[in-house]
Amino acid sequence: MDVTIILFPGTNCDQDTANAISNHLDVVPNIISCKEKVIPKSDLIILPGGFSYGDYLRSGAIAAREPVMKDLIKKARDGVYVLGICNGFQILTEANLLPGTLLKNRSLKFISKAVGINILRNDTFFTSCFQKDQTVFIPVAHHDGNFFIEKDGLMKIEDNNQVAMRYSEPVNGSSNDIAGLYNESFNVLGLMPHPERAVDRRTGSDDGIIFFKSMMKYINN
Amino acid sequence: MDIYQKHGLDQKEKKMLLDCMKRDPSNTEIGIFSVMWSEHCSYKSSRYWLKQLHTSGEQVIQGPGENAGVIDIGDGQVIVFKMESHNHRSFIEPYQGAATGVGGIMRDIFTMGARPIALLNSIRFGDLYHPKTKYLLSGVVAGIGGYGNCVGIPTVSGETGFDSSYNGNNLVNAMCVGLGEKDKIFYSKASGVGNPVVYVGAKTGRDGIHGATMASGEFDDDSEKNRPTVQVGDPYAEKLLLEACLELMQKDAIISIQDMGAAGLTSSSVEMADKGQVGIELNLDMIPIRQNSLTAYEIMLSESQERMLMVLKPEKTAIAKKVFEKWGVDFAIVGKIIDTKNIRVRHNGNIEADIPIKYLTDSAPIYKRKVNRKPKFIEYKPKFFDKNIKDIILKVLKSPNICSKKWIWEQYDRTIMANTLSKSGYDAGIVRIGNTNKAISMSCDVNPRYCTVDAKIGATQAVSECWRNIIASGAKPLAITNCLNFGNPEKPEIMSDFVDTIKGITEASIKLDYPVVSGNVSLYNETNGSAIKNTPTIGGVGIIENIKFLENFGDPKIGDEILLIGKKGQHLACSTLEEVLQENTTGKPPEINLNLELNTGKTLLSLIQDNTLNACHDISDGGMIIAICEMLMRSKLGATIDISDQTIIEELFGEDQSRYIVAVSPSDKAKLLSRLKKNNVENHMIGKILKQELKINNNIIISDNELYEAYENTIPSIMNS
Repeated sequence: MDVTIILFPGTNCDQDTANAISNHLDVVPNIISCKEKVIPKSDLIILPGGFSYGDYLRSGAIAAREPVMKDLIKKARDGVYVLGICNGFQILTEANLLPGTLLKNRSLKFISKAVGINILRNDTFFTSCFQKDQTVFIPVAHHDGNFFIEKDGLMKIEDNNQVAMRYSEPVNGSSNDIAGLYNESFNVLGLMPHPERAVDRRTGSDDGIIFFKSMMKYINN
Repeated sequence: MDIYQKHGLDQKEKKMLLDCMKRDPSNTEIGIFSVMWSEHCSYKSSRYWLKQLHTSGEQVIQGPGENAGVIDIGDGQVIVFKMESHNHRSFIEPYQGAATGVGGIMRDIFTMGARPIALLNSIRFGDLYHPKTKYLLSGVVAGIGGYGNCVGIPTVSGETGFDSSYNGNNLVNAMCVGLGEKDKIFYSKASGVGNPVVYVGAKTGRDGIHGATMASGEFDDDSEKNRPTVQVGDPYAEKLLLEACLELMQKDAIISIQDMGAAGLTSSSVEMADKGQVGIELNLDMIPIRQNSLTAYEIMLSESQERMLMVLKPEKTAIAKKVFEKWGVDFAIVGKIIDTKNIRVRHNGNIEADIPIKYLTDSAPIYKRKVNRKPKFIEYKPKFFDKNIKDIILKVLKSPNICSKKWIWEQYDRTIMANTLSKSGYDAGIVRIGNTNKAISMSCDVNPRYCTVDAKIGATQAVSECWRNIIASGAKPLAITNCLNFGNPEKPEIMSDFVDTIKGITEASIKLDYPVVSGNVSLYNETNGSAIKNTPTIGGVGIIENIKFLENFGDPKIGDEILLIGKKGQHLACSTLEEVLQENTTGKPPEINLNLELNTGKTLLSLIQDNTLNACHDISDGGMIIAICEMLMRSKLGATIDISDQTIIEELFGEDQSRYIVAVSPSDKAKLLSRLKKNNVENHMIGKILKQELKINNNIIISDNELYEAYENTIPSIMNS
């Protein structure tokens, strides 16, 4: 399995993500700069968390216009799996690979805590090792995690079962408590929670490993 | 007011300056003198006394005098850490003041070659109900979070206090802890005549000019006019600078490096030259600037953030430039090392300043200010008569200094880097070292109430409590940093408290083998002549060699016995209970027996590390009952405890020192008691852990809901209103 992590200026979860991948997917990910025009052959491309371009202008807005994005969009349309975590999710919405947008948290404050996440479906590349409707504990840490989409769009993603997971209680004002979202072909996933930080019980939770196991299993099959 | 006074130099200092220069100095030169001789840079009131601190030990690689202290943690690794204040700045502009405090202390750490792995802070505000507190608290917390979260360093521990003495001067003390390699520590000592002096980082603008001078003065009602002297932080620029510097540090290119903190380009170049006994010539035409109209004076005094000065090996400048270009960070050769020991500044073809370095450093004023040893006799005269124990417990839990600070720490990213252990944030923050089984434990502590009534006892207590918190987390305490926040040192009573503080810190750090390796002094924390409470904040670091024992340590289990380690509480003078129930506290703070502290702590540490104990919490503000309540709320359990009715107030709320509350399984109790007996550690059976409720003497019952409601709502009810 080939995994590529894309590094934007201001990305700060690249090492945590790379560690989680190498420890739990048994592959050493390739980390490339967003200035590259071509992404090497990959089964999975990850946009990790952080503050790309300092969140200036709008979180994810500048990153979504970097040279690498053209190839990323093409590869995503061709069916390559793409995972955006936190700032990565924001970049994916800014690049229109996912619908909706991530507004400032309703409290207008940064929120850092471990929250319950309900995994809605376990038949995708990213979630096959979860139980259906399983609740897991994974930390969130974001200022702009309040997912918003206009009414028709919300109805559409709900009808298509594109909602990947919900917070088990309101966290940041997200529509329908949406914490993670698929695109229409289910090969692109955006998450606000940080599974790469939940890979060791001693740091609070190892529920994030289930994500990595799922991806591994899917590829191996 | 003449130009010297406007620069904060008094008549005597003006004469000293003119005697040094033997000519009329240029404006730029006066500016350079004024910042280098400011309290903030020269430590002129405190330097004499700071030399008395205990700064050595087997674990110490670098003590005070560098950008940060360095301690050895074995396996070729070092911990680099320091705490610094951004008090004046964060009162004037809370968000930016606090943010740049975090940014500055981070740079002190990575300047030395260490990657920051944890942030802590100690913040103090006026009365929680004072109209300005809400604005300051929300700005400071957002600023601390905004900076640390963006750079991607977890904020793992801290403390927050409220007291009306801070109404006009809040405190922001930020601490950063970094991890480095023993053979790759970078220092600021410049060397090699002809070697290039290189500027990296953000461009220079007008922000923060005279910040160091502002931070060396008192406030009055007009202090907000100082807002333009507060710098603006850019954590994004810091993140890029951090990565670029750490990358270059792997390439054997750097001779010396220093961050541009207070007094910017001036103090960084002067300090580097001074340490190396060389001179530096700067060509300001080469400095990356934000606007063309900047004068030499402004460039030299700007405190624009996220900048560094380096001396490079000449043959490596091209490699260095490439690294910084890759990260999109400005890189400019702005000068060279010269053989006359001067700081020489060229701009637009003119020499704007040419000052022998020694005038700025060795000749800087140093004051042994007057002290006034009037004994402060304060009689213990409690005025509370309320004997409704349940009401009192809930009142203390609700009080601003005891209540939950969750509203604050939920705004700090604590999980980034994926090494913050779940047992973190209780007595101390605990962060694992990379992929090892080692961890670092960290805590910030001070009790300003104690320090103001009796500066020496208060300082001893601050060091001891910081030591105790590290012990209670299961770590071996190694060394401390400090931030000494006081009022105007020209007042003899404040100066004598400062001197006593140094004595108290020194006594405790010698006895506990807890040397001071770095620190900072913040004086003139006064508004309209009214000073803050003495606040010598202590930041400590300890090590856990193997975190395995933590898997079975931290939370008590149902059926566990609760023991008080140490004597039964008696001391109510100067206590939290007094603070909560009456307007003022009375009497002296509790004395500390350092031998007892050491013996109790060492005994407990071995009992924690061999898993004899299930949980341990230090007893501090609010006394034993508050420690018990905190333990129960954290683990979502209850307890039944038995206390003698005659002395119930003293036993529950007494703030006697060197004490802990522990939980032990019935099966381990005999082992615990025999070890305590062997080491002569006093202990008392207090009760048992239950599933829910706190029951005292079977007749006082506090439900879980009552506990949480009292503890959790105070700050949100103010901040969210």
